[in-house]
Amino acid sequence: MEILKTAVAGTLESSDCLVTIEPARSGLQLDLESAVMQQYGRRIAEVAMETLDRLNVQNARVSIVDKGALDCTIKARVECAAMRAADHEGRVNWGGVIR
Amino acid sequence: MINAVGRDIPDEILEITGKEPFQGNFYLDDKPMTKVGPTIRPIMNNKKSKLVASIREALIKCEAHDGMTVSFHHHFRDGDLIVNMVMKEIHDMGFKDITICATSLGKAHDPLVPMIEDGTITRIESSGVRGRIGEAISQGKLQGLAIMRSHGGRVRALTTGEAHVDIAFIGAPTSDDYGNLRGIGGKADCGVLSYAIVDGNHADHCVAITDCLVPYPNFPAHISQTKVDYVCVVDEIGVPSKIASGAAKPTTDQRKLLMAQYCTDVVVNTPWFKDGFSYQTGVGGASIASTQYLAEIMRDRNIHMGFGVGGLTKAMCQLLDDGMARVMLDVQDFDLDAVHNLKNVNHHRIPAGVYANPLNKGAVVNKLDYVVLASLEVDVHFNCNVVVGSDGMITGAQGGHPDTAQGAKCAIVICPLLQGRIPAICTDVTTVTTPGESIDVVVTDYGVAVNPARQDILQALREADCVPLRTIEELRDTAYSIVGEPDKVEFEDRIVGIIEARDGTIIDVVRQIKEIKQPAVYKKKGRRRANG
Repeated sequence: MEILKTAVAGTLESSDCLVTIEPARSGLQLDLESAVMQQYGRRIAEVAMETLDRLNVQNARVSIVDKGALDCTIKARVECAAMRAADHEGRVNWGGVIR
Repeated sequence: MINAVGRDIPDEILEITGKEPFQGNFYLDDKPMTKVGPTIRPIMNNKKSKLVASIREALIKCEAHDGMTVSFHHHFRDGDLIVNMVMKEIHDMGFKDITICATSLGKAHDPLVPMIEDGTITRIESSGVRGRIGEAISQGKLQGLAIMRSHGGRVRALTTGEAHVDIAFIGAPTSDDYGNLRGIGGKADCGVLSYAIVDGNHADHCVAITDCLVPYPNFPAHISQTKVDYVCVVDEIGVPSKIASGAAKPTTDQRKLLMAQYCTDVVVNTPWFKDGFSYQTGVGGASIASTQYLAEIMRDRNIHMGFGVGGLTKAMCQLLDDGMARVMLDVQDFDLDAVHNLKNVNHHRIPAGVYANPLNKGAVVNKLDYVVLASLEVDVHFNCNVVVGSDGMITGAQGGHPDTAQGAKCAIVICPLLQGRIPAICTDVTTVTTPGESIDVVVTDYGVAVNPARQDILQALREADCVPLRTIEELRDTAYSIVGEPDKVEFEDRIVGIIEARDGTIIDVVRQIKEIKQPAVYKKKGRRRANG
């Protein structure tokens, strides 16, 4: 999936996260800020990277500001931001890469 | 050395403090101990006035010096102006290496942080610390050790001489010119002066600070003229609206109401719930709702409370006014309703030592049937943590938690399974502040766990079939299945504080937090875009 423009998904409410995806020339970079960095920072990065992988996003700069979101929320927000950034809205492949 | 709750207390800490590791709740039971008294200056000269013009004059007359210990009480809660007022003067006079021995410190005392940074304050002894002082200690800014002790533990430490106060500063809503102090009748009433009574008994010098000087004698005095060296009148000792900051609105949070219901079900289905039972509860939304549910059942079954104790709230005082409770024993007032309720002749003030000192000839907590408590974390050994946040930052206070939990026949902890993403029921608490042997029942929104050491309670609740019973491990597993198992928080090696058990042994240590860089950056190499 190719990131064409900057897009965001999510909020800064408690138990949510705000995901921003921007185009990048080469590779993935994830900047993570989290209210639960010590206990779950590693896991959040893992979930975000796995999700990007599954969507086949190879070049992007991603920033996540996390307020204690669960894995399922992080996954959904990353998927949504990537879809928006890739202009895929309206033609989501449900049951395919979006599970 | 590994102590009785499995925590490693480094030898160097035992050496510096001269303390022993925690050995279990009844280690010092029946062991002889000697009380220590203060060195005082008698006032025989009847021409001598106790009035001083300023805090500075009081400090000079009390022989303030580098390295001294000063003490404060926290009855004014977030509205306290005394601590900052006195410490500013001490700072301006250039004294260094001061120990603060407070009953508690909170957000109102954020202005002390620069004094910690510049070495004015080098040691803090308190029930706990909230706000920026907690952060400063966790960041390693305090040169010496912070000592956290329970309300009962503080009285014990002053009585045994383990802690010694050079000058006690007692904020008093009213005082006469000879130092009879009362918690009512002034501009900033806090109701009781219970936590400061031990300071009157054990500090070398005692300075009363008031904003309402009344004619002699200010009787009945809550702290007697015989304990007070000087009286200083200032403009303001507290902000009345912030003193009652504990006043909780009735909660509508369904999760809290569910836990309140479970908690009440536990109380009414265990053997101590009968006419004359005793009860203590806190100020959280669930605690207050639980007290209201309990009152309904007490009315239905015509069961009266023998006594209620603790930091009191409107909900508890209502029971007294309605004739549902015989007596209230008061060490602290969390709202103005509780302050006003002191007019009720069955609402009695008691000193902190009577309430909770483990090393006297039996404290009130020993007579408790039920206590309802909260906790930041509870682990599968039933150990509780009420001082250190799950991120490792000091953020709370022991208060009477360890005292009442040990004393009560049935100690109930209400704790939601999850706080955001943080599992409150976990494998090991960040810091042990109340030992698992004191905790009998844990109430969560996902069910109730009973300490296996209390088969009597477990059997009673099974027979009543009133709440969903789970093991504590099941609760933890449920929590971890939702949020994932947390990574262990990393700390620096340096120990910044110790947690004292009630009896003065060390139950755990608090280490300096590791600064974490945010944002953290994760990178993965990609293929160059074919068409880019």
